[in-house]
Amino acid sequence: MVYQILNQSDLCDYYDLNKNPGISQRINVRKDKFAFLEDEKIQNKLTSFRNDKQVHVTLYLPQMHCSSCLYLLENLHRIDEGIISSKVNFTRKEVDIVFLVNKTTLRKVAETLTSIGYEPYISLNDLKEKRPAINKSMVLQLGIAGFCFGNIMLMSFPEYLGIDTTEVGLRTIFRWLNFGLAIPVLLYSALPFYISSFKSLKHKFLNIDAPIALAIIITFIRSAYEVISGTGGGYFDSMTGIVFFMLAGRILQDKTYRQLSFERDYTSYFPIAVSITKDDVETPTALPDIKPGDTLLIHNEELIPADGILTKGKAFIDYSFVTGESLPVLKEVGELVYAGGKQTEGNIEILVVKEVAQSYLTKLWNRDEFKKNEANKKVSFVHLLSRYFTYIVFVIAISTAIYWQLNDPAKLWPAVTAIFIIACPCALLLSNTFTNGNILQILGRNHFYLRSAQTIEEVAKVTHIVFDKTGTLTSTQHQHITYEGTSLTAYQLQQVAALAACSSHPLSKALAKHLAEGKLPQVAGFKETIGEGIEGFVQNDLIKLGSYHFVTRLASRQTGTAIFVSIESRLQGFFQFSNHYRGEISGLLHQLKKDYQLSVLSGDNDAEKNNLQHLLGKKATLRFHQKPEDKLRYIRHLQDQGEKVMMIGDGLNDAGALKQSNIGVAVAEQTNNFTPSSDGIIEAKQLALLPKFIRLCHANRNIVVASFVLSIVYNIIGLFFAVQGNLSPLIAAILMPTSSLSILLITFGSSSLLARRMNL
Amino acid sequence: MSVIIILLIASITVAALFLIAFLWGVKSGQFEDDYSPPSRILFDDKPSSSKE
Repeated sequence: MVYQILNQSDLCDYYDLNKNPGISQRINVRKDKFAFLEDEKIQNKLTSFRNDKQVHVTLYLPQMHCSSCLYLLENLHRIDEGIISSKVNFTRKEVDIVFLVNKTTLRKVAETLTSIGYEPYISLNDLKEKRPAINKSMVLQLGIAGFCFGNIMLMSFPEYLGIDTTEVGLRTIFRWLNFGLAIPVLLYSALPFYISSFKSLKHKFLNIDAPIALAIIITFIRSAYEVISGTGGGYFDSMTGIVFFMLAGRILQDKTYRQLSFERDYTSYFPIAVSITKDDVETPTALPDIKPGDTLLIHNEELIPADGILTKGKAFIDYSFVTGESLPVLKEVGELVYAGGKQTEGNIEILVVKEVAQSYLTKLWNRDEFKKNEANKKVSFVHLLSRYFTYIVFVIAISTAIYWQLNDPAKLWPAVTAIFIIACPCALLLSNTFTNGNILQILGRNHFYLRSAQTIEEVAKVTHIVFDKTGTLTSTQHQHITYEGTSLTAYQLQQVAALAACSSHPLSKALAKHLAEGKLPQVAGFKETIGEGIEGFVQNDLIKLGSYHFVTRLASRQTGTAIFVSIESRLQGFFQFSNHYRGEISGLLHQLKKDYQLSVLSGDNDAEKNNLQHLLGKKATLRFHQKPEDKLRYIRHLQDQGEKVMMIGDGLNDAGALKQSNIGVAVAEQTNNFTPSSDGIIEAKQLALLPKFIRLCHANRNIVVASFVLSIVYNIIGLFFAVQGNLSPLIAAILMPTSSLSILLITFGSSSLLARRMNL
Repeated sequence: MSVIIILLIASITVAALFLIAFLWGVKSGQFEDDYSPPSRILFDDKPSSSKE
């Protein structure tokens, strides 16, 4: 059984690992890759608990993907004797490891993990404060509210059904029990409402939680008074019920996608430490301690953490994190290399010219404007609606008070308190939270993840949509390859493909994938010149692939991204690489251009201008050669004209624009890939559904307003009794659940129905 | 009447036990990872003897 499960998930190699405790299967770890983990300061930040015997550490292992991984990782103690226990949290892809200090070290643990294929991902972000634990208190509050609500309901029935007047003693017991059960709800479960309303009042803003908190407190006081004076049973069931439903709505709405992160800044991309070389000695140094003038040794596949000048080696830098462009860029000694790129071939040394936090890209993040933006958070229309609602309730309450003061002062307090009990805008809050929650869930099912409920409203308000070109409109996974020159026979193409397949360079891989058909011939004498090209004998023909200079030995010629081919030293032609538009893009743009202003910002040259203009229509704005600040500035310019901007981009170079825009949507090929901080994440293959998503967000508001109108009808019925001063607990007990439940049904039903009609 | 009071005490006690169980479950993180525990139970201590 176990074997079957593991066999299906095709990761059985741990069986072998157990038989001969891993020598052959192990992946070799570069010698000093984790040397930085010996640093005291870094260790302190990473470990959650340590004394002189044991250390507890939580590591993030992105490679974890199936139950076999779980098995292997929970049996780490067989591989490394120093490890006492390891416990996996699969949803978070984390492993909690406890190890003995005298038998192993953090560095050895990391190396062990890497050698069995689970390299821990340790980023600069881990150096900052510990991540806050997931907030469980709201679930606890909901549980308690549910418990109290249920019991109070049961114990209120006798009263509603007309308990025999001879059983006064029993009635009193029920009432006091209800009173006791309502106290935890008042003091603990309703806390989120008090806190939120207190905060908003401090900012001189009346939000929806303020009248709700008021209603909860008034209901409790009035009910307590009735129980103590023995005049009635109070409205404890209504009060606890409302708290329970509202908390449930909140939790549904706040349900976050734990595996996604919307808050990533450059620190989650950057490594925690790099090697500084000084007099041929490598010392691992934490990133914040790097100063201008240091020489960094960047190994193969490592990220360049700070702007610097290349001093040694040939840099072949993959800026796909930064620009979305997957083809690496060649840099010669003496050239400036920007932070954020990943070295792809061999080791290089760079001389740091700017600190990490001052580098070109990271500076974009640390802009002061963003910090200010956080302060004036967007306000939901629901709060504005509830404000009018509250004013009206106050007017009704005051006029009722005046009326009873003149006619029958004894009825004044019952009437006024009843108004506040019945007319709290909880129905509005319920309809809002449940609709938002359901729509977030529908969108999430379609791989469009929004950061919070508030972003739904923002999406609905969008008037202008700005696209990034590279990586957003075009795909990074496919290259469009065209060949120019003397035409090659199928036989020759196979030879070229065979040679290209030998190299791990991204261009070679793309070319091999493009050309390969069937079985490829053998290659002899393969030789790779880093940054130049590859050569080798295929079926006794010498074939060279690479730059113009490499292939012909003549001075270089600039022709964009191209691979030249020579067979037996005769130049044949070149393969031109260009961007490949995602298949669904033209349909998407065609739909969007009817309703929205469109713009495209590209860091590239304007070679694609005509093509894009055709796709986007004449009204669209196209801008090329855009640097990250240019993109940001363009968005701000649009906002100054009163546009609500949605920015759709990927890569770090869009990060500024994504943050500046009213709603920034990051495009990801896979959702567990890294995306810059944004308000939403969309999977690339779902881009075509964007117009539908926007329509659904529009509908959100209509549903909320419609159910609000319904709740006003309920309120009017309730108020009719309340102003007369004879709101019986029975009426309240019937009105409250029916209004709540019918609103739940309407919001859930209509949003789900709408989604189904849209085929989402 | 006294029967009702006994029943009352019994019912609230049972409900409270469930509440405590729920709170304990939430606090100890049982709802956070719904993948590892069910798979973990399938693994025997010695995989070499459980291949059948």
